[in-house]
Amino acid sequence: MKNAAAPVLLELANEVDFAPSLMARIVLERFLQEQEQGIPSKTLINSMLRDPSQIPDGVLANQVYQCTVNDCCYGPLVDCIKHAIGHEHEVLLREMLLKKNLSFLAEDQLRAKGYDKTPDFILEVPVAVEGHIIHWIESKASFGDESSHQSYLQDQFWSYWNRFGPGLVIYWYGFIEELDCHRERGILLKDCFPTDIVTLRRSMAQH
Amino acid sequence: MLCPLFLQENHIHEKLVSLSLPQKDFVPFFLNFLREQTGQILTNGPSTPAKTLNSKALGNSAGHGSQRTGSERRAGNTTGSSSSRMQLFTQKGSANSCSPDTSFAPSAVSGGSPAFTGSNLSSPSSDFPSVVSNVSPGFGCSPVFNHSERRSAQKANLGSFFVAMPEVQPTRRGRRKGNSSTSTSSRQVARDLGRCLADEEDGKSDNTSWSGGRKKRNEVLGVSASSPPDQLNLNNLEEFPPMCASSGFTNKSKPSRRINPTPVSIERPLSKPKMCFTSTPVSQSPAARFPSGASHEAFVTIQEGNVASTAGSSLQEEREMLKKERCKLLHQASSPACLSLEPSTPTKLSYTRNASLPPEGHLMTCAYLSKVSCKKQLDQLALLYSSCIAENLVPNIFLELFFVLQLLTSRGISAEDGESDLEFNQGCKGAVERQHFHNVHNCVYFAVQVLDRQYEIISHLEKGTLKLLAENERIASFSPHLHKRLRQAYESSTAKVSLLLPSSVQSVSFQPETDNRSNFPSDRAFHIFKKQRDIFYELLREWEDNHEKPAWDFERVLGNKIRAMMAHLTATCNHSHFARLFQKQLIQMCKGPVGGGTSWGDTPDQDVLNMLGCDDLSRLKRLQERFVAPQSIRGPCPPPSFPGCQQFFRDFILSAGSYQFNQHLMDNLCLKILELDGLTLVEHEPSDGEADMEEQDEKKRFTVVLMSLRLLAKFLGFLVFLPYRTVEPPTRDLHESAVALRNQSLPVLDVLKLLQRAIQGRRTILTIPWIVEFLSLVDHIAPFLDYYGTVFSLLLQVYRSMVPSEDKEMSFLNKLLILAVLGWLFQVPSVPEELFFTSEVRQDGLMMDTMSSAQALDSATLVDQQLLYTCCPYLGELRKLLASFVAGSGAKNGGFIRKINPTAAESLAPKPSVSQQKLQAELEQAFFHNQPPSLRRTVEFVAERVGSNCVKHIKATLVAELVKRAEVMLQEKVKEDNTNHDKLLDEVCTELYEEGAQAFLKGREFCRKKGPEAVRVLLPEETSAAVLSSAEDIAVRLATEKACTWLSTNITALIKREVRTTFSRMLKIQGPSLPSEDTQEMKKDCPPGCQHHAPFPSEIINEIKDVLCVAVGPRDGDEAIRYAHLECLLEKLSQTLQCRKFMCPTSEQQLAKCTIELASLLVSDRIPIQGLELQTQKYPERQRSKNHPICNLLTSLLSVWKEDFGMLVPVQLIFSKKNIGYVAEAKQREWDLFLFMLHGLVEYNLMGNAEIERYLQSLQEFAWPSDFLKELETLSRVFESELHIEEPRTNPCELVRQSLGTVTAQS
Repeated sequence: MKNAAAPVLLELANEVDFAPSLMARIVLERFLQEQEQGIPSKTLINSMLRDPSQIPDGVLANQVYQCTVNDCCYGPLVDCIKHAIGHEHEVLLREMLLKKNLSFLAEDQLRAKGYDKTPDFILEVPVAVEGHIIHWIESKASFGDESSHQSYLQDQFWSYWNRFGPGLVIYWYGFIEELDCHRERGILLKDCFPTDIVTLRRSMAQH
Repeated sequence: MLCPLFLQENHIHEKLVSLSLPQKDFVPFFLNFLREQTGQILTNGPSTPAKTLNSKALGNSAGHGSQRTGSERRAGNTTGSSSSRMQLFTQKGSANSCSPDTSFAPSAVSGGSPAFTGSNLSSPSSDFPSVVSNVSPGFGCSPVFNHSERRSAQKANLGSFFVAMPEVQPTRRGRRKGNSSTSTSSRQVARDLGRCLADEEDGKSDNTSWSGGRKKRNEVLGVSASSPPDQLNLNNLEEFPPMCASSGFTNKSKPSRRINPTPVSIERPLSKPKMCFTSTPVSQSPAARFPSGASHEAFVTIQEGNVASTAGSSLQEEREMLKKERCKLLHQASSPACLSLEPSTPTKLSYTRNASLPPEGHLMTCAYLSKVSCKKQLDQLALLYSSCIAENLVPNIFLELFFVLQLLTSRGISAEDGESDLEFNQGCKGAVERQHFHNVHNCVYFAVQVLDRQYEIISHLEKGTLKLLAENERIASFSPHLHKRLRQAYESSTAKVSLLLPSSVQSVSFQPETDNRSNFPSDRAFHIFKKQRDIFYELLREWEDNHEKPAWDFERVLGNKIRAMMAHLTATCNHSHFARLFQKQLIQMCKGPVGGGTSWGDTPDQDVLNMLGCDDLSRLKRLQERFVAPQSIRGPCPPPSFPGCQQFFRDFILSAGSYQFNQHLMDNLCLKILELDGLTLVEHEPSDGEADMEEQDEKKRFTVVLMSLRLLAKFLGFLVFLPYRTVEPPTRDLHESAVALRNQSLPVLDVLKLLQRAIQGRRTILTIPWIVEFLSLVDHIAPFLDYYGTVFSLLLQVYRSMVPSEDKEMSFLNKLLILAVLGWLFQVPSVPEELFFTSEVRQDGLMMDTMSSAQALDSATLVDQQLLYTCCPYLGELRKLLASFVAGSGAKNGGFIRKINPTAAESLAPKPSVSQQKLQAELEQAFFHNQPPSLRRTVEFVAERVGSNCVKHIKATLVAELVKRAEVMLQEKVKEDNTNHDKLLDEVCTELYEEGAQAFLKGREFCRKKGPEAVRVLLPEETSAAVLSSAEDIAVRLATEKACTWLSTNITALIKREVRTTFSRMLKIQGPSLPSEDTQEMKKDCPPGCQHHAPFPSEIINEIKDVLCVAVGPRDGDEAIRYAHLECLLEKLSQTLQCRKFMCPTSEQQLAKCTIELASLLVSDRIPIQGLELQTQKYPERQRSKNHPICNLLTSLLSVWKEDFGMLVPVQLIFSKKNIGYVAEAKQREWDLFLFMLHGLVEYNLMGNAEIERYLQSLQEFAWPSDFLKELETLSRVFESELHIEEPRTNPCELVRQSLGTVTAQS
């Protein structure tokens, strides 16, 4: 129990310039592997990382926890913060949609209906944003950089487009302007809730 | 007169029955005659639809002996000897003929007998067919090239008339035809030669109408012609270089009937020869000389070459050599994927030539009425010709119109103007061989005459064409009357047409009813399909981005991806889902008219011209030419193609090469086609404005349905005939065995039955256009199969019977559309050309229902010019031709762009009329009978929708409720017995089924409530009460029927399915989660009046994380957290938790975990806190202990856990080994704080005493240092003993101190 609090793992991670939580994961993986003579399941490891008190070795548990707490980019705690931020922005977006009187189906409703891919919001009645028709809105509480945007396009945005048509992505923390290159095709990027919205009713009223 | 006679004959004149054969052959003969006659003068536009059967180009006589051309054979077979032929047209012997082959009778041409006389025709000895085969200019030596192949031979022959040859190089085999200034067509040469020979016989020298130097050429030709080469190999580029390459023969080009190269191969047994109806006026298509395997680009090259100027001959030769090389390369490179059906491009390009204008400075010749010679004959010819067109005796009336317009706009060299007429007439030969069309004036005169007679058809063309016609100065000067009529037609026409449509990719929307999990056999299938859908669109996008780039190759880039995708589909049997997606996407993207590139219409060049004005005519013309060139005139009969986006789908099918997929796709297409073909339209109430609108809607709907049908049918045809598609037509043996073999198999879609039904039910306007699309993709064998043969002959019968005129049965434009598409079909490459002229057209009338029913579409005015031109974009060629004539003459053309926005066809599902009571049903029908049709439509529509909504409503309410109940029941039962899930499920479901019976009651109620509402809203306000209530009743009944039918068959299955999914979800959630968590339920709403201004959960987590960081370390020596900060943090935590707005389960769980961690660290004094002393001083001396402030923090935490969390906080985590470890590691163990915590947990009802005891007990099982273990034991004992001292605890800290004293005392 001597020196149990010494930040061994954390320092190790810093030494090799590695995210502490990833380091913790690797060490834990090896630890379990040695203990159980087999490759531990991912769920088990994740569960232990989330709640280090499940780790059989007390010292390691402390070390892992220390890593988790001190990691500012990865790990269960940070993931959770990201998730929370994401959720908060979704709630904010929902607020704005309600305020604008745009009726929508939210993700959980869509899932209940059996949709295989679900954006945050599908507009029941499409609207035009800056002249582009959109059917869905996805909220991203992060900065849209090249790599994350590409993977989002691949895993989410195009899939939404494939199912629901053109839509809008809001990167609440901004994005690289050059990435907004699919407007014509039907993926619009914004860093805030759009102001230039034309709804069906309003445009009809004009005539 | 011949022509009335002929036409009468057509209508079965008794005496003439025996002449049916000559009759049959007359039209082809006549058409060819016209083509030939005019060949020399036509320099504008693609060289026309030539229809020559004869005039074999070059060939060797040996070839003749053994393999005769079809025409020869036919001549022999049908009417005997060739000599009899001569009787018909001439008394002149065959002296002119250089050919040993007697079947060529150039003299027939040069013979001077007034051929067109009734007597001749009726003469039994006349040999019409053989005449037909000999109408050629008397180019006697015209040897056949390769008689073994029918079509190609014709092409060759044909070509000989179109081949142009620069004068400077008489011996060259010029194929250039276009450039009027420098080249004369070899056709002309041939004719000249023939005439020359004839003239010589007549003791005449040369005819004066031809420019000098011709004679010389003739001589040369004579020489070359009389010594033909031994054997011609058409595939040989050396022998048949593409263009004006210098090698022996003049007449060797082989114009293709269509762009699709028909291979040179053994004769086709059944096919009749020589009916060469060049659909595509490509004329000289040297292309056709390549074996059809050659890629189209090869042709393109050559064609382009043809356009090239004749500049210097040496330069020319060099170019030729380069081109040859390129051809070879392309030839080799021709990819396997390019089945004979290539996308439209090659077509376009291969027709490119010839749209060119005369070189600068050489403006078109003026045509003068005064200079027209032999008016009388021309009048007769025009009458005859018009009658053929009017009676549908020609295979494609638009092709003929195109030809006529070519004549009208011909820019022929008329150097011979005027001078020759006299002499020419003196030398009056037979009517047949005489040159009626030797100058522009005659051509224009003839054209104007024909146009005048075809005014009705012309006046139905689109506005732009009419404008060009109305402004045509030649018409104006030749027939002011026609000009006036055209002007009027133009002014009154509203038929503006535009084929420009924005075509962008849109996806097919995800429809839960067909696409969600319950439609798939397994999760895996569902998820794989999810991926396939995304991959499909990825491919589509990639194609969209790149396919126009030059080096991009579909198969190379996408082939493997597509096949991998197919493999996945096969593995999970998802083909049907994918086929549906594919088909829907196909319709979505391609139902618009163009499906990509525009082939004609308002071309930008016109706009540019309009902008520039018309000051400098020749400059503008050149500009125009440059603009026109790329989109040039393609002729009115392009082969089937897959333009625009359709290309993607075709290539996808080819690359996938999946039998399963194709089969599923065909199933899908068939179903959809049948569904759409059943379209019913409502009859229109006459006149009032409302009906007008309705009519428009119906028209729109019809258009959409028709376009979709055509698209689907084209792809179905593509798939059906794909396995049989061959590059070359099969040899005779193969042909016969293939026919025998394939006659056994059933057609995929019974088009014959559909066609018959359509004719009977007067729905041809919908059915024929798509059947034509389907058939346009036949392989070479299919038309000879019994089944398809019947279809074709039926179509031919329809074609013949559909004389264009306005009548009650069918509107003019409807007819025009059918005629246009059928005419086009007859020109499609794989449709045998003899089909049109040789098939017996049955005379028995087509069976039609005399009663016009609601199903009948033919009589409705459904087709407008927009639809006509959308379906037949090639009709736009007429306009292009005219436009190229006026090019730049200042006419402000068009400029209109109208967008058609096809609306999705909502199919009015036929009502399920399962009425038990016949009388009731009859009454109902009677009720509708005297009501406007919209009433019935409304009622049926309401019934359909309400019924369907009813089902949805019941799913959402009753079933959902039952499922919820089932969930509760299952939860209880699972606790009792967690082993046999299936049994549990069944038990619960049976219990629920009974309640499911309520569905019918509820359904009925729903329909009764909603039906009338809807009917009332939809029917006109003025509807009488009785009618309204009847309509409501019927709607309700139908809706109820529909809903109940569905419910009775599906409700139990539905309940079971839903319960099962819920159950498995329930089990899944329960499984891994902690027992305390499964009851977690998001707590309540925000407190009343909450402004949602609390900090976001993410912020709080972040702040706690920072505190934990400091606590867990590593930290700098003096790093600490201010007490006030902690206090404040806990305050904010409380606020955040109270406002539920931004909270989500994960955030809350994390907050719970973090706060427990925080508590553990506080208890074990691991958090360096600043300003504790300050806090302590606030307390009265008696209670002063450094622990007080921390106890406050802990109390706050306890209160937050208890009051503010919406979930149960897993406080037991405090007893985890790790957290207890914090205490163990503490330098000075602070048991009093821990004990305080324990009491707090009990006090706040967060944990029970017994529970805590249990945890304390279990803690002792871990391997702790011995002293710690002892302390734990003591703690445990103290906690237990305290339980029994039930005294009021006013001050927890006080108490703790007391008990702690006990602990120390005891230890």
